[in-house]
Amino acid sequence: MNLTLKIWRQKNNGSNGHFENYQVEAEEHMSFLEMLDVLNQQLIEKKQDPVAFEHDCREGICGACSMVINGRPHGSQTGTTACQLHMRAFKTGDTITIEPFRANAFPVIKDLAVDRSSFDAIMQAGGYISVNTGQAVDGNAIPVEKADADEAFDSATCIGCGACVAACPNGSAMLFTSAKINHLSKLPQGQVEHSRRVKNMVRVMDKEGFGKCSNVGACEVDCPKEISTDNIAALNRYYLGSVLFGQD
Amino acid sequence: MKLDAKIPEGELAEKWTKYRGSMNLVAPNNKRRLDVIVVGTGLAGASAAATLGELGYNVKCFTFHDSPRRAHSIAAQGGINAAKNYQNDGDSIYRLFYDTIKGGDYRSREANVHRLAECSTEIIDQAVAQGVPFAREYGGLLANRSFGGVQVSRTFYARGQTGQQLLLGAYSALSRQIAKGQVKMYNRHEMLDLVKIDGKARGIITRNLLTGKLDRHAAHCVVLATGGYGNVFYLSTNAMGSNVSAAWRSVKEGALFANPCYTQIHPTCIPVSGEYQSKLTLMSESLRNDGRVWVPKTIEDAQAIQRGEKRAEDLPEEDRDYYLERRYPAFGNLVPRDVASRAAKVASDEGKGVVKTGLGVYLDFADAIQRYGKSEAFSLGIANPSAEKIKELGEAIVKAKYGNLFQMYEKITGENPYKTAMKIYPAVHYTMGGLWVDYNLQTNVPGLFALGEANFSDHGANRLGASALMQGLADGYFVIPYTIGTFLADEIRTSKIANDTPEFLEAEQRVQNRLDQLMAIKGNQSVESFHRRLGKIMWEYCGMSRNAEGLKKGRQLIRELRKEFYEDVYIPGTTDEFNPELEKAARVADFLELGELFAVDALDRGESCGGHFREESTENGEAKRNDEDYTYVSAWEWDDNNPILHKEELTFENVELKTRSYK
Repeated sequence: MNLTLKIWRQKNNGSNGHFENYQVEAEEHMSFLEMLDVLNQQLIEKKQDPVAFEHDCREGICGACSMVINGRPHGSQTGTTACQLHMRAFKTGDTITIEPFRANAFPVIKDLAVDRSSFDAIMQAGGYISVNTGQAVDGNAIPVEKADADEAFDSATCIGCGACVAACPNGSAMLFTSAKINHLSKLPQGQVEHSRRVKNMVRVMDKEGFGKCSNVGACEVDCPKEISTDNIAALNRYYLGSVLFGQD
Repeated sequence: MKLDAKIPEGELAEKWTKYRGSMNLVAPNNKRRLDVIVVGTGLAGASAAATLGELGYNVKCFTFHDSPRRAHSIAAQGGINAAKNYQNDGDSIYRLFYDTIKGGDYRSREANVHRLAECSTEIIDQAVAQGVPFAREYGGLLANRSFGGVQVSRTFYARGQTGQQLLLGAYSALSRQIAKGQVKMYNRHEMLDLVKIDGKARGIITRNLLTGKLDRHAAHCVVLATGGYGNVFYLSTNAMGSNVSAAWRSVKEGALFANPCYTQIHPTCIPVSGEYQSKLTLMSESLRNDGRVWVPKTIEDAQAIQRGEKRAEDLPEEDRDYYLERRYPAFGNLVPRDVASRAAKVASDEGKGVVKTGLGVYLDFADAIQRYGKSEAFSLGIANPSAEKIKELGEAIVKAKYGNLFQMYEKITGENPYKTAMKIYPAVHYTMGGLWVDYNLQTNVPGLFALGEANFSDHGANRLGASALMQGLADGYFVIPYTIGTFLADEIRTSKIANDTPEFLEAEQRVQNRLDQLMAIKGNQSVESFHRRLGKIMWEYCGMSRNAEGLKKGRQLIRELRKEFYEDVYIPGTTDEFNPELEKAARVADFLELGELFAVDALDRGESCGGHFREESTENGEAKRNDEDYTYVSAWEWDDNNPILHKEELTFENVELKTRSYK
């Protein structure tokens, strides 16, 4: 199939970007990133600068790939990362627009690659249970209601890709932050530091330059792991509780 | 060179306990003065960095990723083994030890493997305490399942994302230490060389991948947890960035590389669909519990299928060859990974493959759907169910068991596996070889340690399912925090290591020269194209089935390709900027050397064992191990023209060496 790609090119964070058009010949069984590989091979053969994009596992779990395809983070296929998207979702003659994740807290590094260290900063503010190696009791000494364990798992499937932020008109990281907090808060092990974790993670989230949540819900729609905005509702409850009644 | 594995004296089951009770310790006030470098943030690296930080060492941790959470441990699906015996089904530390030794085809070290089995139970406790959401029963206790080729249920799991959940647990522990300042984290920094001073590992040279700047990092010792080298085959289930460079640079500084030829080729991966293919995707081996593997009996039928003129369901039962059931009636479709992989190759090589490229076999669930459908209809009390009803009920059961895998398959191939048979083919998945280490996980270079898939020590010639996560975390959480003390206890009087000594400056210059050399080639072929060609040579001559003639030829072809690479590779951009092509070029350059060593090792090992199959060493068409001549670890010293073999003889005091049979 013959495709026109309209790709965001930006040399580095200090320079202005622009769209450039490319023609590429793809096959329906290629993944989207393999189609970009074909383009880059063409560019390299012409001794031109290949398009920089983040990718690693190419099976939808590492969270590295991060691009907006035709206006949607990871493209329009539900529950799918860009690396799992295949070209059979497109047809010959299509023009595909490809941009980086755009958000205040995700500065562009080059072309489609952005810096998502702000997510690490949120995690470091409390996305853990304070237990040193060797301090654990026997695994079965902490029974967890199956429904709670399942819900914790649903929140814990977040791959930290940042699609929620890119989808949000405010550039908010509430889905990311709330998913981690809810994962830990659903488990008995996570109770001890609960209110401190909530306050600290929210504080750092704000400090890193993410926007406020205004319940748009685009994050849930574009999340490749289909994480629910129920997590955000829960975080709002937790936050109020922590600020009013929590200990420091 | 005399290789001393430093295995403690005493009874097998008491070695580790006695060792911990009598080893030299480093006091807390001294730990504060000692610096440790950890390279890699997968299960082994993240757990090691976090734990060493908790103990009070000053840790500097490095990853080439943008975040520690992206390491490829994240992609492990199935589970993690532990000898908890929660199921009361006869499991024990000894049984896990024995299964691992046997599964490794008697080519691993007894003492290391026993220690691994001992640590396994603590890993589960630690992960639970961190909040890892393992699967649970309704009573709230941990669930288990059985896994490849063992007779107990000892595998703990978190749906099909066990690696992700365990890695996020280790990443959270690491994040906590970063926040405390105990670990200084360097994201997007790639190790490009090892620095030795007076023979000891004292630091590394890194490249900041965003700016291209080289940095000299000094410490009292260096821990590598940099994963495996499956990407030497280009196509593998590894991530695109997985590479051997940290280990290989250490080899260039004198570390020995052990058993490079031991590669695990996983039988159930999605076949290659075209030349553009960049990586392969694994389908959990649990599918073989219900799927039946087959190819057409005749080449004519196979060719019709390859041309798209026939489909699996067009072939009547009598025209199908369920070759695993035919060849291995006792185990059928559940033979171990290496056996299943080779059988698929044999069938495809005979021209009976069922995909366009000819390289693929069927994994068919039609019978399972029928079987489950009938039994479900019976239990629902439906008399004389229609064929459609049976199919509907059966598909529902299969969906409940394998729904997420079927969905993944459909996403990638565009085919519905409930309606037509899946197509699978083996792919490189894991590498058992790695840096040679002793019982302390220390390489032959004092102060240089290797953990997880980066070392060679625990899986012998073949790794059992759900054991990679176990080993990575055992090494990081429970082994290195002790064994590193054997080295550091003698270093408490060593003051801070300076990073501006001649050794450091020289190493930095070495790296700069190498990068400049690569950039200066200015040839015409892309890095990727060389990597693809290397992969094809490896797969053709060092893949599932190897022979002396092919290995010699493969080695020669790799040498020629390496020469061509240094004459004609083209790398766009410059060294002092974000340049993914340059990163790739440095990694592929190292694969071009490792690939040769791989072939040399495979040629030296004239027996078939585990993942290493030599056509010359068979009996009735099956792999034949040769204990008399090859019960040793091959530890290689690199030399451009003639790598030098050092042997560590393996002694088995507790298990009897037996031949594996699945007939």
